[in-house]
Amino acid sequence: MSAPLTASAATAAIAPGAMPATGFWRRALRHRSFVLGAVLSLSVLGAALLSLVWTPWSATDIDIASKLRPPSAAHWLGTDVLGRDIVSLLLVGARSTILVGVIAVGIGLSFGVCLGLVAAARKGWTEELIMRMSDFTFAFPAVLSAIMLAAVAGPGMVTSITAIGIFQIPTFVRVTRGSANAIWAREFVLAARAAGKGSFRITIEHVLPNILSILIVQATIQFALAILAEAALSYLGLGTQPPQPSWGRMLNDAQTLLFQSPMLAVYPGAAIAIAVLGLNLLGDGLRDLLDPRLARER
Amino acid sequence: MSDAPLIEVKDLGVRLNTSRGPAQAVRGVSFALRRGETLGLVGESGCGKSVTALALMGLLPESAVVSGSIRLDGAELVGLPDAAYCKLRGNRISMIFQEPMTALNPMHTIGHQVAEPLRRHTGISAAEAQQEAIALLDRVGLPDAAKRIDAYPHQFSGGQRQRITIAMALACQPDVLIADEPTTALDVTIQGQILDLIASLVEERGMSMILISHDLGVIAENVDRMMVMYGGTVVESGATDAVFRRMGHPYTQGLFRARPRLGARKGTRLKTIAGTVPELADLPAGCTFADRCAIVEARCRAALPAVVDVGAAHGVRCIRTDVSMAAGGSSA
Repeated sequence: MSAPLTASAATAAIAPGAMPATGFWRRALRHRSFVLGAVLSLSVLGAALLSLVWTPWSATDIDIASKLRPPSAAHWLGTDVLGRDIVSLLLVGARSTILVGVIAVGIGLSFGVCLGLVAAARKGWTEELIMRMSDFTFAFPAVLSAIMLAAVAGPGMVTSITAIGIFQIPTFVRVTRGSANAIWAREFVLAARAAGKGSFRITIEHVLPNILSILIVQATIQFALAILAEAALSYLGLGTQPPQPSWGRMLNDAQTLLFQSPMLAVYPGAAIAIAVLGLNLLGDGLRDLLDPRLARER
Repeated sequence: MSDAPLIEVKDLGVRLNTSRGPAQAVRGVSFALRRGETLGLVGESGCGKSVTALALMGLLPESAVVSGSIRLDGAELVGLPDAAYCKLRGNRISMIFQEPMTALNPMHTIGHQVAEPLRRHTGISAAEAQQEAIALLDRVGLPDAAKRIDAYPHQFSGGQRQRITIAMALACQPDVLIADEPTTALDVTIQGQILDLIASLVEERGMSMILISHDLGVIAENVDRMMVMYGGTVVESGATDAVFRRMGHPYTQGLFRARPRLGARKGTRLKTIAGTVPELADLPAGCTFADRCAIVEARCRAALPAVVDVGAAHGVRCIRTDVSMAAGGSSA
């Protein structure tokens, strides 16, 4: 670490004023895993957007006569057991995937990060209370809370999103509080306090920027977990309700036909893998790009 | 220079809650500092120097119990609510830290970090603060300050970073500057430059300074008065030259003998002080230095010795000053 740092300090002496705002995109385009991650994630997003205006076939039309067709000019990836077009299902399924991921991670991130930051800033009994509450929540798996929620509000997408979101909160609380505590122990926080900053300002100006990269990477991991959790909940009938397609449902529908037409499981599986991989690469890339210390070495 | 003290500390005590139980990290520390005066704090690691500094800044952990009194311009600071303390820190009392490598936030540009306290305490506009930050960085000797204002801390060397932290601490023209081992982490050649810079800034701005160091040489050259701390108490205090001339406490003498000297015969071993610093969690009942002292007596262990005046404003917390000062004078 020290050798590249000295080297970067030397180059900085020659070319002062690093990291102009326009430099971000230039560096981003040179960052291989960021570009790959962005392409994969954007293609999933693109698929979801495309499905809003166009799909080759209707994703809900059942055509038993042409069920389990192999790929052809009419059905590019074939049809499923109900004769629905696989491509159309994948495109529309991307919508629920993104919706579940974004909202569930959004719930987890916003509540979890706030609670984690408060715990780290306040310490004492506040921290204790928040951490014990998050332990309590963590003890209930998403499936269990989804079943409880479904009993109250009925099964469906909202129920599954809420359940997954709640399930994500404790993870974010823990990650936030752990990394925030590490930042609070750093000398520059002491220096900031010596400069007269209160704990709220220190949290916003010093703690949050320094843990942002950790949170971004964690969010991409949680996004992937949310997609998988949605698939699991759909399988149990607690998630997306038919006829609304989702990748998780497609995967689980394909399970019974695994030996007859294995490709039915491969397509949604590949779609999930692409989304998860893309997000992870994107998160890794963002972590590197957002850290000024790593910025010069790319 | 008015006669009323700017900072007056009376019988300061700090009890920290450590994993090994409560520890009396600072006991009975008293001193007064006038505007423009400089005071040195010397002692080994764990003797209470930094805890004293943090107590002045009000930056001790919440579990710490502070007793006694700290007055800034007559206003009591002990027990001041944190919101009120925030207005003083960085504005009237500032601090420079030991580790310039970690005292700057890696995620913000140095310009932002120097301008921040200015905007916060004086409410000037961002552009004005930026100009002021450049002027400050120029003043502390950062080359090309105007161009490098948007650079990040990792792009500077240790000495340059310490200059930046000094600029941060001085931004709001504080009355009191606390420098906690400001040069310990720096190269020897840089140390002198930084100390000279601090000294000239202190003089230029008429600040009072409390300089904390374990280095007797640094203390000798940079402060008017000094306090030697051991085991959380001040064992000797007085004008710097008086303390160096007539070291009254056996610990001060030990510190003096333990410093390396240029020109000593090759193979000469440094004199060390036998034993180690006592645990603050279980300090001995009497003199804290008793276990390591060469001239210890039974009555040393009975109670903490009172301060004995051995000269004008030169106090020594030792009951054997007759012996120690005779011996100290001959060996030094």
